[in-house]
Amino acid sequence: MNQDYINIALADDDEDDRLFFTDAFDELKIQTRVTTYNDGVYLMDYLNSEDALLPNVLFLDLNMPRKTGMECLKEIKANPKFNDIAIAIYSTSASEEDIENTFIQGANIYIKKPDSFKKLKKALAEVVTINWQYHTSGLNKDNFLLRL
Amino acid sequence: MKVFVKFDFNAVCAKILSEKLDELDVKYKILGFGEVEFLEKLSSQKYDTFVQSLDNYHIEIVENQKSILVQKIKDTIVDMVFNEDANINVKTSAYLADALGHSYGYLSNLFSEVTYTSIENFIILQKIEYTKQLIIEGNLSLTEIAFKLNYSSVAHLSTQFKNTTGITPSAFQRIIAKRRAIQKK
Repeated sequence: MNQDYINIALADDDEDDRLFFTDAFDELKIQTRVTTYNDGVYLMDYLNSEDALLPNVLFLDLNMPRKTGMECLKEIKANPKFNDIAIAIYSTSASEEDIENTFIQGANIYIKKPDSFKKLKKALAEVVTINWQYHTSGLNKDNFLLRL
Repeated sequence: MKVFVKFDFNAVCAKILSEKLDELDVKYKILGFGEVEFLEKLSSQKYDTFVQSLDNYHIEIVENQKSILVQKIKDTIVDMVFNEDANINVKTSAYLADALGHSYGYLSNLFSEVTYTSIENFIILQKIEYTKQLIIEGNLSLTEIAFKLNYSSVAHLSTQFKNTTGITPSAFQRIIAKRRAIQKK
């Protein structure tokens, strides 16, 4: 490992959600750098730019204007350049159909947006810790599925 | 046509390592657990070549004593989980302490400090990963997998799988199958 921090990105059109998200990482033991994008178009523009620093874990809101999380997911999975990014869906939806569909399309993690800041911190800590084990212990990322 | 391949990571890595070491043309001994002893002095030039040649395989030289010990703990655990012949009658804590020559308390604290998870959780994660691999290979039923991995019952394995991943073993199997079907298109 040349880096001892994890790069995290979030695309979400809700400003409050972005703020809570960034704050939640400040208190984790694992060092992280968090970048947020206001919607799917901004996110994909950045990822497709030539000198983009790709995140280790990317959180996608499903319902975003202009480009939805699902559209981003499909684009990302279609491009081998993004193979190393672990994708987490971060959504208010808890429909079994949504959840299973995103997994089938290649998402690694599905988090239903928690209803308290405390729970959010706990969920994000779990995601980052497990992702870290995949990252540092050579586990097979294709089999990485986690639902919180 | 599709086939599944099974890797023996230790064997693969040992092979790469010995190939790269042979290229260096120095005397060495591979001690196991990813430890290499050079029996003669290594020029810094050769050392750099060595580091670079391993870098292609994402193998890196661990320089920190703590990381080395943590890596040994991980290797020992992986060996225990994947190797059925490993002594299953010994408690994990005793086995680790014995194999690595440190008290379990020390190993456990060090492990948590470096990896952000506990030895217990790491063992569970390894077992669940192995379960996933066996599910995908499709030769064993979940009951047989539970038996193979020393779970007291298939219910125990299912519960642990669900607690660790948030989904059931059958949902996992279904998702992976559908994912494959999409990728084929």
